[in-house]
Amino acid sequence: MSDRIFGIVGIILAIAFAMSAFAIQESFLSDAVGPKAFPLIIATILGLSSLVIAIKPDPEPHWPPFARMAEVFAAIVVMALYAQMLPVIGFVIATAIAAAYLSWRLGSSVVASVLTGVGTSVGIYAIFHLVLGLSLAKGPLGF
Amino acid sequence: MEILAQLGDGFAVALTWENLLLALLGCFLGTIMGALPGLGPSNGVAILIPLAFTLGLGATPSLILLTSVYYGAMYGGRISSILLNIPGDEPAMMTCLDGHPMAKKGMAGEALSLSGIASFVGAFLATWGLILLAPQLVKIALLFGPAEYFALFALAFMTLGGVSSTNQAKSAFAAALGLGLAMIGVDTQTGVPRFTFGEVHLYDGLDFLVAIVGLFALSEVFIFLEERHGNSSADNSKLKVKRLTPPLSMIKACTPTMLRTSFLGFIAGVLPGAGASLGSFISYSMEKRLVDKEGTFGTGDPRGVAAPEAGNNAAAGGALVPMLALGVPGSGTTAVLLAVLLSLNITPGPLLFTQNPDVVWGLIAALFIANFMLLAMNIPMVGLFTRLLMVPPKILMPIVAMVSFVGIYGISGSSFDLMVMIGFGIMGWILRKLDVPLVPIILGTLLGNTMENNLRRAITIDNGDWFTLIDSPLAIGLWAIAIIGFILPLIVGRRVKAKMRRDEEGAISD
Repeated sequence: MSDRIFGIVGIILAIAFAMSAFAIQESFLSDAVGPKAFPLIIATILGLSSLVIAIKPDPEPHWPPFARMAEVFAAIVVMALYAQMLPVIGFVIATAIAAAYLSWRLGSSVVASVLTGVGTSVGIYAIFHLVLGLSLAKGPLGF
Repeated sequence: MEILAQLGDGFAVALTWENLLLALLGCFLGTIMGALPGLGPSNGVAILIPLAFTLGLGATPSLILLTSVYYGAMYGGRISSILLNIPGDEPAMMTCLDGHPMAKKGMAGEALSLSGIASFVGAFLATWGLILLAPQLVKIALLFGPAEYFALFALAFMTLGGVSSTNQAKSAFAAALGLGLAMIGVDTQTGVPRFTFGEVHLYDGLDFLVAIVGLFALSEVFIFLEERHGNSSADNSKLKVKRLTPPLSMIKACTPTMLRTSFLGFIAGVLPGAGASLGSFISYSMEKRLVDKEGTFGTGDPRGVAAPEAGNNAAAGGALVPMLALGVPGSGTTAVLLAVLLSLNITPGPLLFTQNPDVVWGLIAALFIANFMLLAMNIPMVGLFTRLLMVPPKILMPIVAMVSFVGIYGISGSSFDLMVMIGFGIMGWILRKLDVPLVPIILGTLLGNTMENNLRRAITIDNGDWFTLIDSPLAIGLWAIAIIGFILPLIVGRRVKAKMRRDEEGAISD
């Protein structure tokens, strides 16, 4: 079933890709092939392979139960928040929080995960910023 | 003789303090990454690219660092195979079969040191193979025009699934997806924006480093989260290593095996779509057929440890040949290495050897140096790495995720790129669940634009005639190999895969 859905999504993707390829504005100065041809070839391959996947599905993969899916989803939200908050609150604090969260969800105790978070953050800051001179996001506190 | 002179120049390039230090660092990090289950060579190199980049390293130093990581990971993979019966990375799978039984018999130290020596022999011979074969391949590649290059790229994609691929439709899907992603951005030939949906960030195209780190490193973090596999699989009792040198008689008994499998592994590495995993698999099965008269393979036969290790390290060296000489990588890690070269504005391929000989020969010299360093690290110091195996994923994975973010943010300084990377991480996780290979996606995003340019150039030269693509015998030959390479797995793929799985299960169920 998963592969059938996957194949159908792939076909829709191929059609969308082909349609936006047709919508490419051609410039008056163009080579013999133009900017549309290769994307259209790709869309064809994408569509055909998706069709085969939908018609001849592989055995069902092992999907995690709902709770585990929610776990992954929560991690994605945390990472997205991290990406957005990084320039706002600065590298050290944001990284400590995100790393502590991940460590906690992987089964560390609360204390251990806070230690992992702070350790990761300060460690990366020391190695990458202080030693290697990489510029990391500065927060209001200057780090 | 010319080769030796060039190699001498290469050593002059490689033997600076900076480069030696980078090689040492790369070997050390690579061995760790190979040893830790969940971090393989392509992951490891991918995470370190942004680092090499933001440090402002030149082309040769960056390559030295990253190929040392690559070689190191090939060495490191065996450590957890032998001690824990869990392959540290995919090519080390076959080492479990005899390595772990040896460790159970109390010969863990012998198994580790013997496999270290086998790794050295494989990598050493393969580096010589690289020196001898790559310039020959360059000579052929100089005959290539745009049409032949287009065919060569097609060949790379069509064979990438490899003979062990069971579902070619999924390989094709992955390749098309990668190529499609490469199309995003302003068309280089006519200047019109494509697939940008008015988003200014996308005009430059997607940064393939963002794609690589997201697909490889972040998706791994998601897998661990999903399985909540946070505790280390190692405990202290399993990690006892007694003597650290194999008896001389054991080395002697394994020498023919090592030589044969190095050769075989090297060939498997050079061929497109084979790579290190297949190299170690073929090496093991051939040795089993050839020398296993008493049926001791699978019960802790030293030759069964030496064979796959020599094979996979030789394959790693072999895989560098098409990447450097043609600019077409045949495996995941070499695809990542290609990304490094492209980001540094160096186009691998025949011209690399004439225009940047210092890069090529410096790299080759560094491979020799790294190999000796790895031998030193992996035999006397193996105890250090076995202790690192006890770092549990609940500490390791947050570090991996954060280092990925730091690297990408360090390059671009934009939250947008971080969001794109998370997107690729999610995509990678779903596609891995669905058994879609990730390497063709990477290769597609890397090579998409070059492939299209070659197509358009070939057809423009011939005034819009599409048949120019199959106009020369060389191009026809490449297309023929591509088609055979695509169809062959449909016939034999299931058998090879089933056999690999059966051997593996045999090892676990003992």
